[in-house]
Amino acid sequence: MAAPAETVDRAAFADWLMRMGDNALILGHRVSEWCGHAPVLEEDIALANQALDLIGQCRLWLELAGAVEGQGRTADALAYLRDAGGFRNALLVERPNGDFGQTLMRQFLFDAFHIEMLRALQGSTDPRVAEIAAKAAKEAAYHLERSADLVIRLGDGTAESHDRMQKALDRLYPYTGELFADDATDRAVAEAGIAPLPSSLRSAWDETVRAVLHEATLSHPGETFQHQGGKRGVHSEHLGYILAEMQFLQRAYPGATW
Amino acid sequence: MDAPAHPDLATVWSWLAEVPDPEIPVISVTDLGIVRDVAWDGDTLVVTVTPTYSGCPATSLINLELERVLRDHGVTRMRIDRRLSPAWTTDWLSDAARAKLRSFGIAPPVDGTAADGRLAGRIARLSGASNLTVACPRCGSALTEKISQFGSTPCKASYRCKDCLEPFDYFKCI
Repeated sequence: MAAPAETVDRAAFADWLMRMGDNALILGHRVSEWCGHAPVLEEDIALANQALDLIGQCRLWLELAGAVEGQGRTADALAYLRDAGGFRNALLVERPNGDFGQTLMRQFLFDAFHIEMLRALQGSTDPRVAEIAAKAAKEAAYHLERSADLVIRLGDGTAESHDRMQKALDRLYPYTGELFADDATDRAVAEAGIAPLPSSLRSAWDETVRAVLHEATLSHPGETFQHQGGKRGVHSEHLGYILAEMQFLQRAYPGATW
Repeated sequence: MDAPAHPDLATVWSWLAEVPDPEIPVISVTDLGIVRDVAWDGDTLVVTVTPTYSGCPATSLINLELERVLRDHGVTRMRIDRRLSPAWTTDWLSDAARAKLRSFGIAPPVDGTAADGRLAGRIARLSGASNLTVACPRCGSALTEKISQFGSTPCKASYRCKDCLEPFDYFKCI
């Protein structure tokens, strides 16, 4: 009896799991950079808690990625000992925090994708994927509720907040297309029934984004040039700076624990 | 040398019921519903635990506490397994736990109001048609408002009572 995971190319499956884990890890790290710097205490706490959820999800995905890969790499080894070219996160999540509006817009655009992906993954043929997705979807639903709420409040807020949210949207929208672009890895896991094709999530994401932008009185950027590369390890310069901070301790003191 | 008889499982459960949640010490880990199973695997006691939130920092502390309590009761061979499915839900909080939360100043979860990430529900909530009324754990008033979706821990939200003016935590439904 072959488990579904054995009928799929292991390398492709591990690669896809790293995309899930790295999106959560890099966005979680980005959001954690706000700790102690947010405009008000409640938002500071909310951002830290959300970062915590994402880092927790990252650990579950990367543990599984290591197990599927079968080379004995732990979640920590994957997080701390890969260089930028080994990371599989989308370019969107490594975009700099910018102002609070930009951070929230990035979060909203990602959350609206994340919830659709996690919901679809609950029907995965691989039970390990399905159970992580079921857990993470509950958390992502709260993330989306919060980010959508704040995008609307700030978009439909003062002239200043509206202007900043529109700028954030225009700046970040060109990084959303990559989330839905299918490649060979996506097709391999989709054929095995492990995950949906990213392109199949596009219309639900569009619907959420259009509804929220409408409420927020923000203009949809329409068809724009879309950057790609993160999913196959071709990153912007920003990822290197994130890794320099995130990996410093394990690089300087290999195997350190406390 | 004969191995000592295994303590029966009901006794083990009663020991675990004394392990407080590290963040909310008025309730125990069994009140919280995160201990999913206790069983003997030969000479090894296997405790199966499910995390509340993926990144809850209390998870590793809870595992340490479970181990400590079992060792205090003379269990030397044990294993703590993680089980993700079914995912933890606040529906598993016992009625006793809800009463304890309220008297501790934390509003217990209102069942059936978890965010589901679906567009219709979200728009309804945003337009003020939410079905969620959280009563103030201090004065009982239903006139309360949400300050933030996230509170002092990932499992809570921040609320404020508009009658007695006290801020309080609400244990989110998940």
